[in-house]
Amino acid sequence: MFISLQRILKYGWQDFWRNRSVSASSIFVMVMMLSLITSLLLSQQAFKFLVLRLQEQVDISVYFREDSFEEDILEIKKELALIPEVKEVEYISKEKALENFIQLHQNDSRIMDSLTEVGGNPLLASLNIIAFEAAQYAQISGFLEKSSFAESIDKIDYHQRKPVIDRVFSISSEINTGGILFSFILALVAVSLIFNQVGLSIEHAKKEIEVMRLVGASDWFIRGPFLVQGVLIGFFATVLTLLIFLPLCFFLSAKIEILLPGLDIFGYFVNNFFTIFFIHLAFGIGLGMVSSWIAVRKYLA
Amino acid sequence: MISFYNITKIYPPHTVAVKDVSFQVQEKEFVSIAGRSGAGKTTLLKLLLAQEQSTRGQIFFDGQDISQIKKKDLPWLRKRLGTVFQDYKLLASKTVYENMVYVMEIISQTKRHILKDVPQVLEIVGLTERANNFPAQLSGGELQRAAIGRALIHRPDIILADEPTGNLDPYHTRDVIQLLLKINQMGTTVILATHNKEIINRLGKRVITLEEGKVIRDEDPGRFIL
Ligand SMILES: Nc1ncnc2c1ncn2[C@@H]1O[C@H](COP(=O)(O)OP(=O)(O)O)[C@@H](O)[C@H]1O
Ligand SMILES: [Mg+2]
Repeated sequence: MFISLQRILKYGWQDFWRNRSVSASSIFVMVMMLSLITSLLLSQQAFKFLVLRLQEQVDISVYFREDSFEEDILEIKKELALIPEVKEVEYISKEKALENFIQLHQNDSRIMDSLTEVGGNPLLASLNIIAFEAAQYAQISGFLEKSSFAESIDKIDYHQRKPVIDRVFSISSEINTGGILFSFILALVAVSLIFNQVGLSIEHAKKEIEVMRLVGASDWFIRGPFLVQGVLIGFFATVLTLLIFLPLCFFLSAKIEILLPGLDIFGYFVNNFFTIFFIHLAFGIGLGMVSSWIAVRKYLA
Repeated sequence: MISFYNITKIYPPHTVAVKDVSFQVQEKEFVSIAGRSGAGKTTLLKLLLAQEQSTRGQIFFDGQDISQIKKKDLPWLRKRLGTVFQDYKLLASKTVYENMVYVMEIISQTKRHILKDVPQVLEIVGLTERANNFPAQLSGGELQRAAIGRALIHRPDIILADEPTGNLDPYHTRDVIQLLLKINQMGTTVILATHNKEIINRLGKRVITLEEGKVIRDEDPGRFIL
């Protein structure tokens, strides 16, 4: 049993090697497919990171009308703090707001000039609300709009930020759908290429296969090498893809980290190397085997 | 060991190649099947190898009805036979050496045995020098000797030899017949199909004579009489 397996592997390798130019083209298409999957995996990681960051940063600012009393606002703050979705509420008084504003723009003389021109404190008091999850902001702002103190609210700075999150989400899911669709197409191309390659070599070897049968070779001894060819294509495609991505991630990682501080693509790649490797191996070998299996079934009926 | 019962083979639509043939072959026998070209000798061997299905009748091999053999049992049957095909049927993509190794691998022979037996058989059939040539690079006589080597390399229970001397000069013909006799003496059943009168008459063994698909004579020892 073990001896036959060893021999099937030997003949599979021999066929793979003797038809190496055809094998190479199948490997090439499969590398493209696996690269796309890798890119998806990594971009997913980047988007997850980006969304997390945006969610942390985003909050709701509720600005109160000029004529609101501080006690009322603090009362509202108490009420808000009782809502389970609310993680944190911070009161920013008119004075504090001005302080922040000046600190932020102290080097911009034009803004400072116009501030002096306006005179007094043009800024509004506000409550800064942070929720546990991005999805809860809509609920919270809904609560504010319907509440008894809705009249004293000047504006809720929520709709200005929500679109950013929504856009990131939709871009990420579009890239995902597009990517999955495209990898699916590439997978089909890879399957049909391998199917054709194995089918061709079976057609080519029809007479030989007949002779093998006549001298007593079992079905498995004849089919095995063709399946091995598919597996070899998948295996080499996997190794090649990872060999391309490892240095690529290494060099791109630094650039990406400038854009998204704290995101370490290379680190992710290295830490999850075995998971990534096995996902690829499963895809590569799985597809290679499935396609040659179909070819063997069709041509060696 | 082998029994043919009322075997008829009709190739579609209506070529009657073998007609109502019955005979038995005992273990360790040496049987020649004689007859003109077209008499049905090759067809008879093909039926035994289950390469063709009989139209009527039964063929038993070690108690198994091989006219009804299942596809999955074919390797069992064919591993026990060693066939010299009239058209050689060597594997074109493999060298002479690899052709012999392949048969040994099919019967799960160990590497040690393969490394020992293959060169020995190559020596016996005089192809040591040609071991690494592909079939396309060999002459008719060399191909025939390679086919003979492949048929006996795995020490089958029965050797089926279909015109194994058709392409050989008298010198090699004598060698091959000597070889078949020697293998037979060592206990292997041999079934030899030939239209060569001289060989049959010199053998002095049992002869089954076919004419137009029918057995017209079955004598032991027999002669080539047509
Ligand atoms: N595959 C085939 N299809 C149709 N007729 C065949 C086939 N093979 C052999 N025959 C016919 O069957 C007869 C016996 O052929 P064969 O067994 O090859 O004879 P031999 O080997 O004695 O020369 C011949 O008339 C031949 O033409
Ligand atoms: Mg013949």
